[in-house]
Amino acid sequence: MRYSAFSLFREALRKHRGWTPTWRDAAPKSSYDVIIIGGGGHGLATAYYLAKEHGLTNIAVVEKGWLGSGNIGRNTTIIRSNYLLPGNEAFYELSMKLWEGLEQDLNYNAMVSQRGVLNLFHSDAQRDAYARRANSMRLHGVDSALLDADAVRRMVPILGFEDARFPIKGGLWQARGGTARHDAVAWGYAHAADQRGVDIIQNCQVTGFLREGGRVVGVETSRGQIRARKVGMSVAGSSSRVAAMADLRLPIESHVLQAFVSEGIKPKVPCVVTYGAGHFYISQSDKGGLVFGGDLDGYNSYAQRGNLPTVEHVLESGMSMMPSIGRVRMLRSWGGIMDMSMDGSPIIDKTPVEGLYLNGGWCYGGFKATPGAGWCFAHLIARDEPHPTAAAMRLDRFATGHILNENGRGAQPNLH
Amino acid sequence: MRIDCPHCGSRDIQEFVYRGDASVPRPDPDGEDALARFIKAVHLRANPAGRHVEHWYHAGGCRAWVKVERDTLTHEIESTVFASEEIGR
Ligand SMILES: Cc1cc2nc3c(=O)[nH]c(=O)nc-3n(C[C@H](O)[C@H](O)[C@H](O)COP(=O)(O)OP(=O)(O)OC[C@H]3O[C@@H](n4cnc5c(N)ncnc54)[C@H](O)[C@@H]3O)c2cc1C
Ligand SMILES: [Zn+2]
Repeated sequence: MRYSAFSLFREALRKHRGWTPTWRDAAPKSSYDVIIIGGGGHGLATAYYLAKEHGLTNIAVVEKGWLGSGNIGRNTTIIRSNYLLPGNEAFYELSMKLWEGLEQDLNYNAMVSQRGVLNLFHSDAQRDAYARRANSMRLHGVDSALLDADAVRRMVPILGFEDARFPIKGGLWQARGGTARHDAVAWGYAHAADQRGVDIIQNCQVTGFLREGGRVVGVETSRGQIRARKVGMSVAGSSSRVAAMADLRLPIESHVLQAFVSEGIKPKVPCVVTYGAGHFYISQSDKGGLVFGGDLDGYNSYAQRGNLPTVEHVLESGMSMMPSIGRVRMLRSWGGIMDMSMDGSPIIDKTPVEGLYLNGGWCYGGFKATPGAGWCFAHLIARDEPHPTAAAMRLDRFATGHILNENGRGAQPNLH
Repeated sequence: MRIDCPHCGSRDIQEFVYRGDASVPRPDPDGEDALARFIKAVHLRANPAGRHVEHWYHAGGCRAWVKVERDTLTHEIESTVFASEEIGR
């Protein structure tokens, strides 16, 4: 079914009785050309681009829970391409370009909103660091601007400009950044992949790999064996657990990250704002809720819920950046499990096990990467060679020394 | 979460700094394949869902390094000893 203003109008007149499911709830077949493990944003996008860009039709996405039950439905929806390192920036800009045409391509309203991303700075040193980043972005053909305090004040007047310890001196501005509706991204990719014949199999947990002569030839699941020529892993926080089934150990730790939403209020935060003096960032959803988050809890976790000290820490940072937030009531908080890599950057690569491909280590930045990761992972699986913009995201970089360390903090995942 | 420091007793998690998996031994720098072993020791983790033995530093207390046995699925802490000791089971 194609969605359009006309179909909406027609269904309104028919009391909405004519809608068909957005995607089929497929049952597993005995074999596929490609199986993607994980029905999050990345897995669904990979399947879609495998079908659309590489002409494969016999593809399955295997998801242990319901579609969108992982991080794709838990994140704070920020999209941007304001990275520093060449190995990252070209990739995130590819992803940003895909966001810009996504809704037309998928025929689905993902509420992509380029409202801008503003990173505040509070000192000369921080200003220099952001100037360097802004220049790096421009070297990759990406728009960027360095704003002074007055320009920031005009944009977001409610910030705590007069803070004695951390006065706001300005910000790095990417106008094309913004937000997208996270669930709708999963649903949109599921819809478009389904239209191209991809089987989306929910409630089907991968419990092991079928191997012949060392090569992966399929998966063991809670709904039986499924064979495949190639298997791609795109399981975010579960990367280490799934890789262990293929006897692989990854440069990844799983950590919990929390997020928060307030009651709905009138428009107050026009763009995404990140704090430079503490780990805090905020945006406002179209319903009016303030959506914000901060640091990881900081210890290995698979619990999908965090602890109160982090809640307190995030809210304190929020109070210091935007004091008036203290008058708003918090509605909900939740947690998701992040696949924190050893250098803070992702991995899109073949594994040492033939037939098995890895997309993981996205840390807390994988939502913005959803279209780009799908695009590049599909390229890798279909052609057995990396996409040029993701060529630095190698699994062996930790051994060769070609790490992608955006903030220069060393192999300590809870600090990235 | 509270950690039962063997020196100070039960203390709030905020007094501690997390270091990570304590089951990874430091390779012998003069040993065979020292480089390959260090690459693994620095970067590769079992990252289990369940029992995890990990190092924490009691920065806001006695400044001892402790070894904590904790369940990563529930955050429940089973036992804590000084880092130099083995967890008795
Ligand atoms: C609180 C929070 C805030 C965030 N904010 C942002 C942000 O603002 N911007 C940004 O860019 N990123 C953000 N992220 C990160 C982003 O959400 C993730 O990096 C990204 O969603 C991961 O890719 P995914 O969508 O494919 O993951 P998921 O949706 O987690 O997909 C992985 C899927 O694999 C499935 N799976 C696991 N094991 C198995 C198995 N054995 N068999 C079958 N299926 C399995 C899981 O059920 C899951 O559905 C945030 C994350 C969190 C938790
Ligand atoms: Zn102590």
